[in-house]
Amino acid sequence: MSELTCITCPIGCRLEVETSPDGGIKVSGNRCARGAVYAREEFLTPKRVVTATCRIKGTGGAGGMGKPGESAAGSVAGGATALPAGPAGGPARGQQYRPRRVPVRTTAAFPREKIAGLLEIIYAIQVELPVVRGKVLAADLMGTGIDLIAARDM
Amino acid sequence: MKELRYDAVVVGGGAAGMGAALELRERGFSVAIIEREECLGGILMQCIHNGFGLIEFGEELSGPEFAQRMEDRVRAAGVDAYLGTTVTEMTLGEHTPAYLRDVSSPGATLVCVSPEMGVLRISARAVVLSMGCRERNRGNIRIPGTRPSGVYTAGLAQRLVNIDGYVPGKDVVIVGSGDIGLIMARRMSWIGCKVHAVVEILPHPSGLERNIVQCLKDFGIPLYLSHLTTNIYGRDRVEGVEIAPIVNGAVDYAQARRIPCDTVLLSVGLVPENELSRNAGVELNPMTNGPWVDSGMMTNMPGVFACGNVLHVHDLVDYVVEEARRAGAFAADWLEGRRPARELRIKAGANVRYVAPAKLDPSRDNKVYLRTLVVKNDALLEVKVDNRVVRSAKKAHIQPSEMIALTLGPAELGGTGPDAAVEISIQ
Amino acid sequence: MNDLKGKTAPDSVFDVAIIGAGVCGANIARKLSAYELDVALLEKEEDVSFGTSKANSGIVHGGFHDSHDHLKARLELRGAMMFDRLKAELNFPFERCGIVVVARHEDDMRAIEHLYRQGVENGVIGIEMCSRERMLELEPKLSPDTVGGLYAPAGGIVEPYRFVFSLVESARKNGVELRTGFEAAQASREGGAWTIRSPGGETVRSRYVVNAAGLYADRVSAIFGAEKFEITARKGEYYLLDRATRAKPRRVVFPVPTTVSKGMLVVPTVEGTVLVGPTAEVIQNKDDFATTREALETILRSGRDMIPSISETDVIASFTGLRPILGDDFYIDMSECVPDFVQVAGIQSPGLTASPAIGEYVKDLLKKAGLRFVEKIDWDPFMPKLPQARDMTPYELDEAVRRDPAYGDIVCRCEKVSEAEIVAAIRAGHTTLDGIKYFTRAQMGRCQGGFCTYKILKILMRETGMGWAEVTKSGDGSVVLKGEL
Repeated sequence: MSELTCITCPIGCRLEVETSPDGGIKVSGNRCARGAVYAREEFLTPKRVVTATCRIKGTGGAGGMGKPGESAAGSVAGGATALPAGPAGGPARGQQYRPRRVPVRTTAAFPREKIAGLLEIIYAIQVELPVVRGKVLAADLMGTGIDLIAARDM
Repeated sequence: MKELRYDAVVVGGGAAGMGAALELRERGFSVAIIEREECLGGILMQCIHNGFGLIEFGEELSGPEFAQRMEDRVRAAGVDAYLGTTVTEMTLGEHTPAYLRDVSSPGATLVCVSPEMGVLRISARAVVLSMGCRERNRGNIRIPGTRPSGVYTAGLAQRLVNIDGYVPGKDVVIVGSGDIGLIMARRMSWIGCKVHAVVEILPHPSGLERNIVQCLKDFGIPLYLSHLTTNIYGRDRVEGVEIAPIVNGAVDYAQARRIPCDTVLLSVGLVPENELSRNAGVELNPMTNGPWVDSGMMTNMPGVFACGNVLHVHDLVDYVVEEARRAGAFAADWLEGRRPARELRIKAGANVRYVAPAKLDPSRDNKVYLRTLVVKNDALLEVKVDNRVVRSAKKAHIQPSEMIALTLGPAELGGTGPDAAVEISIQ
Repeated sequence: MNDLKGKTAPDSVFDVAIIGAGVCGANIARKLSAYELDVALLEKEEDVSFGTSKANSGIVHGGFHDSHDHLKARLELRGAMMFDRLKAELNFPFERCGIVVVARHEDDMRAIEHLYRQGVENGVIGIEMCSRERMLELEPKLSPDTVGGLYAPAGGIVEPYRFVFSLVESARKNGVELRTGFEAAQASREGGAWTIRSPGGETVRSRYVVNAAGLYADRVSAIFGAEKFEITARKGEYYLLDRATRAKPRRVVFPVPTTVSKGMLVVPTVEGTVLVGPTAEVIQNKDDFATTREALETILRSGRDMIPSISETDVIASFTGLRPILGDDFYIDMSECVPDFVQVAGIQSPGLTASPAIGEYVKDLLKKAGLRFVEKIDWDPFMPKLPQARDMTPYELDEAVRRDPAYGDIVCRCEKVSEAEIVAAIRAGHTTLDGIKYFTRAQMGRCQGGFCTYKILKILMRETGMGWAEVTKSGDGSVVLKGEL
């Protein structure tokens, strides 16, 4: 008999899962049917909705699954910081705060043991703007039938 | 200088601002939202994780999806949104009782500025404050040590990662187990950083249980409960933190240990952003740091309403929108000249940190929010009118970081005298 | 004007090289800039005023704390009088709000009397001994336990880094060459001039050298083969309170001084926040800038003794400054060991107050040492005040946005700092987050950079062409970002 917290919705019911020798699983403590499903799956095949961001085609950046510490293209080597009198290239005044990443998510909870592979796929994607909310950026991820969609109109 | 006039102005275009604006517009009033970012959506735009919208939209969405769905509605309704525009001054009408107020004369003047439009002066008969909150920072919690680079509030780190695409650090320690910190623990892990620990001063986590599971347990990130972060060290950049256990209520410095890291994220609480409110004469409740509001979500300044995180810090954005729509509806009532015939004061009793709003209208249903001071299982929540219990509810589990909502209406409050004392307590 | 790295021809020899661009170096540079001289101002940090000059109480002292047989007292008096003119010329934030010294016991009154007499002997104008009633009238926030005290109406408050920035800008405007990131690591004398080398291999040659290196004046002196002395560091911790605090006094509030220090103060800063502190703790390591829990408790307690409404919850930031201590007085003199070398060392309190007078004093030393002073006919003492969004009326702001839309983008909403001011800071050479902070006040407000930092990063990268890996908080290894997705 084990206890776990349901993560399906923010309420977070405290669930109790009883396993019987014949392989049956009994769930109690859930306020809705999704909790029972969650508990069963968490036991057998844990899944998580994965949310992340993708690079926008045409922007600078190392891409890739965050190899932090790598200097991106466009950085000036050494300590020299020459200061021109005016804006030094790059986006014009009004554009400077525009987002540089597209938020994305899986359309369903994804098998937890495959998430590392999924993230590599996600970080390799470059999204061409404009993009609408809900657009499928990658379908049937790793054969799961789950898609990756854009989470924002940009 | 441009002069504009609206029935209502909403300060802040996040979930709360959009909810209130939508309601006011649907009631037929002209509404403007003033938003200092370049888009509507507020903090939701950087909350790329899911967990939003189950109640409002019937699906689980990420923050940006929720925000843009709200925005679609707001735009379709014909609300004017002034983006990249900052309110620099707000002056409100004299403090006169609402029933004496002449609804045909402007109640508020807001001076705003944007690079495109210059200075705008907007007059409005009603104002809805929905500026959200800011994060408590290192100075507020006074962590001693040096002041190297690499110390961020979790929200700033979230913005840098999710919107700007930068990695603030590689080896992270997170101070505070609030939801923002937990979400960032997962986020940093998913972009290839190492989160070494989450350090929490209380004996229980501050964030939702679901986040403990999917942000810490999933990643094997240790959570140190009852630990104080006693020092941040490092010459130019963070080199580590020192933490010490709290035993019997006192910090045991002898047991302090160091965790090497190059980044510290602080998730130590949110403070409603009421600078503008305060300067305009709006009175604040020291327990919430948000404005005092009556049963109609109106502050002490006539025609000025508050909702969302600026009123009190929320956990679920769905409740924010619900509250904001109510505020919008009350603002619309007020613009139509309707005020409650009478109001009862409600106060926070035993083990209750605060109750909002501070007043109830006994002639209708009132949605009331409260937070407890204690962590308890099998708690009993009681509502008393003149010391007589009118409602009681058993709660399997309560904790300060989870807001409790309940509705009190004529069933509980009807037939009470004008000075009836209403109190909510928990035991 | 924008380039902080300098651009002199390799063989040129300066007349004077000043080592250290803190409050002393900056005043000396500006003073010398009025004459036909080639002057170099060398600073080892990424920006000027990054040493003790940014981390102090920001006070223009009242002239009664030391007797006039001390050089520091004489320079303090002279310096204090010069601030009005300097403010009129340079437009840095400065105000004479007055100083009160609080007596909480009858015993304290003896010390107060001593300070009063010293002030009168020193020629301080308007100094008063006060009764309890007078004290509470002058400063209503004082504890009712106050028994009396001292009032020096001419005492004032200044924003020390803005003071240094404006002095340096004025000096540069008048031809002084500034080199930041230049540490004087090695020096030799050949052909009647000094050659100063940085660790990076850059050299500066100069006939005369002024050692105004603050905490490291002893090291610089040794590098030049001059006098051997040791500067000890005495740490002062400070706490900054929100501008909305109820505990904001009108005057600078001092306790009765101890033999070691002037005590822990409560300072209404000229920008509207409140500073409490400093402590005084001798430390071994000149790199030790850490704040401590014990000091916070001490400071709050001591602050509350004088102003009871001080609350921990008002604290928004803390910092430390290290005082360079060399005995009991300033050491400002020509070296007796090596030629053409001026020592300006041990400038602890009242260093900031005295600094304008130190500028004059060093100029006189150089003159006596043989340097020829010819006045520049075109010396321009004025620095225009940078228009700031937060000081403008709505009409003025509208006009400003019309001329420069960047005035309409309020980047730091806690302190109401527009993008135009951030850009001005960057173009004046402040290319670190701290430099921008000290110049504009962005990141100094109640959110402490929570909302504006990402905007400042973007503006900085846009203006300078820096990549994400080069943006620092205060130079050297204080990088802000560790990667890009």
